[in-house]
Amino acid sequence: MPMLLSTVRKGSRVRIAGLPLGDMRSQLIRLGLMEGTVVECLERLPGGTLVLLHSRQEVAVSTELAASITVSSL
Amino acid sequence: MPSPIVDTGPERALTSKTHPPQPHAGHHHPRTDILAGDPSKRKLVLVGNPNVGKSVFFNYLSGLYVDVSNFPGTTVEVAKASYLEYDLYDTPGIYGVSSFNDEETVARDIILNADLIVNIVDGVHLERDLFLTQQLIDMGKPVGVAVNMLDEARHQKLDIDLAALERELGVPVIGTVATQREGLDAIHDLIRSVREGRQNPSLHAELHRLLSVVGSQGEALLVLEGDPVIAARHGLKTVVSSSRDELYIDRRNRVNTIVAQVVSHAQTGRRLSSLFGRATVSPIWGLPILAVILFLLYQFVGVLVAQDLVGFTESTVGNRIVEVAIKGAVARNAATEITVERVGAHDEIIAERNFSFPDGRFANPALWKEAQDFASGHTANWTFKYSNPWIVVFFGEFGAITMTLTYLLFLLMPLVIGFYLALSVLEDSGYLPRLATIVDRTLRVIGLNGRAIIPLILGFGCVTMATITTRLLGTNREKTIATTILQLAIPCSAQLGVIAALLATAGPAATAIYAAVIFSFLVAVGTSMSRLIPGETSALLLDLPPMRFPRVGNVVQKTAYKTYFFMKEASPWFFVGALAVSILQVTGALVAVQDLLQPLVVSWLKLPKEAATAFVMGLVRRDFGAAGLYSMDLSPYQTVAALVTITLFVPCIASVVVMLKERGLKEGMIIWTGSFVLALVVGGLVAQLLI
Repeated sequence: MPMLLSTVRKGSRVRIAGLPLGDMRSQLIRLGLMEGTVVECLERLPGGTLVLLHSRQEVAVSTELAASITVSSL
Repeated sequence: MPSPIVDTGPERALTSKTHPPQPHAGHHHPRTDILAGDPSKRKLVLVGNPNVGKSVFFNYLSGLYVDVSNFPGTTVEVAKASYLEYDLYDTPGIYGVSSFNDEETVARDIILNADLIVNIVDGVHLERDLFLTQQLIDMGKPVGVAVNMLDEARHQKLDIDLAALERELGVPVIGTVATQREGLDAIHDLIRSVREGRQNPSLHAELHRLLSVVGSQGEALLVLEGDPVIAARHGLKTVVSSSRDELYIDRRNRVNTIVAQVVSHAQTGRRLSSLFGRATVSPIWGLPILAVILFLLYQFVGVLVAQDLVGFTESTVGNRIVEVAIKGAVARNAATEITVERVGAHDEIIAERNFSFPDGRFANPALWKEAQDFASGHTANWTFKYSNPWIVVFFGEFGAITMTLTYLLFLLMPLVIGFYLALSVLEDSGYLPRLATIVDRTLRVIGLNGRAIIPLILGFGCVTMATITTRLLGTNREKTIATTILQLAIPCSAQLGVIAALLATAGPAATAIYAAVIFSFLVAVGTSMSRLIPGETSALLLDLPPMRFPRVGNVVQKTAYKTYFFMKEASPWFFVGALAVSILQVTGALVAVQDLLQPLVVSWLKLPKEAATAFVMGLVRRDFGAAGLYSMDLSPYQTVAALVTITLFVPCIASVVVMLKERGLKEGMIIWTGSFVLALVVGGLVAQLLI
């Protein structure tokens, strides 16, 4: 069931289903975040900034960016 | 493997070019002095993701002589040195070769010019780092790879098969723990054995076709990947970004395959440093940790260095020892009036005497002895009044030579050293990206990204220094906004001292009004600039490096060469600044400006006319402006109006000089003029409403 990454709760693991278009898409792919990647939500900060974990790497994503990424539950 | 480019990329790029292909040798990129180097020497370039320990490799290879300079047209620093028969270049940390920000474009141009590349990767984060490695290989450059941080990988129970990695990439690979010097000596052999690696076979045909147009495989690849700058250099239209994404996905999949074959992983518990790292971005601990770090930062840069240390070096060593010695030497044969003031613990004048040397002090050694005796054993301020205007310009009150010397060596240098020390520690610890994560949401309101918190906090210590740190910000737009806010709305520690003292007398109501005016002004300037300047605040996508203890050697080395570089660049500017002020004084223009301001100060700001002097002199010497306001008998609301005005003025000549240097003459002058106008408008409004 697709949902937005920005709505994911702390501690849950999801699979990335869709990325935004444009430069940001390329930057996400470069960092290893693309369709099919499994990420864990480590933290949700006030204001909605997310800290994600994927393959031992922590990545911070602002809430606007997270709202343009769709994910599906595992 | 999908064939990513057939329908979109090079076909369109090739058919839509605006001028005919140029012969290979005939076209040049905008070549720059640092890139040009010695044409007979081959260019060895170190490339890596941020925080992989690249600087340790650079320091190891470079030896003592490092040339650091701004990459032309940017504020990105590039370090260059000599290693054996090579010109050795360091590059900013990047995740890939493209043009997403200043650091990337600088690294891109250096990489395109490289003859051979040593790529440093983080053994713990191979998935992330090998993307860049594979891209370098696809560019057709001879590459050698150093897998660093093997100790950390071992801690995390990661087993990396370096031989398999070498096979998969097709380039030589070594393993290192650079901070412990483990494996570092193998780098010499690695450099000798670099070679072209296994390139993405599906790229071959397209690259070959483009090669005849752009001349190098590296540039051909970047054109295929839709790099607009490189395409434009060759008169090609930018390839649509979907083809870049397909290439990227392709490369990303290949990297994931390699990593799956090379790395085996036994799950393990979290390390202490990783727990702390996690706490720095947690909703509960993040802010307290931030508060402690900012407090320590302010105490170090703002109080210990900017006030205590500089107070000693500037007024004691600079003004009272070095300047007196120089001015005294100048007075040997020149007509001079010398005033000596004995001052007490709070800079109050205890006793004062004038000594007149119409024929220079050599003509009257007895009187000179008397002057020295009067000063000795006391804290003494010496004032030399020369009759020759040329001597005044260079050695007088604002003498271009004496003031530059004091400013550079005894004000700026201690500040720069202290500040680069603090910044290097922060950088090397891996905290900065985490800090940016915590405050991103808040700073977005004023058009800034989370990283801007560093310059803004340092500004309360010293605006001059903080203006340099705006380099940390990703885009020119953010640099402009942050610089403006710093110069306008952030009072530095020297001003804060006066402000606090004056507000203490003026009372809590005045304090509250002052704080509210300044804060709303800051937000108003930030939001309106964010609206007015085209572009968007860059969305936050940050790779968070693990926290670790900075290495002392690395911090010291970084501080040393950044300080040297800064002083080298800034010195001529300070001489020009001091010369300008000095000429203004000798020609009487400084007094004219004060007279000009007086009616404005009296009727519009509703302050005593002496306040005009305080404002103008505060710009020249930050301690003057302060003292001026102390001695005036101001009502609480007058105090608010005066303080608002003085806060919004650009803080001091040093910060103006650094701003002009960082932001360029045009933008710098706009900000400076704007600060004058806004200071008078806002200060005046406060006065009109309150008084």
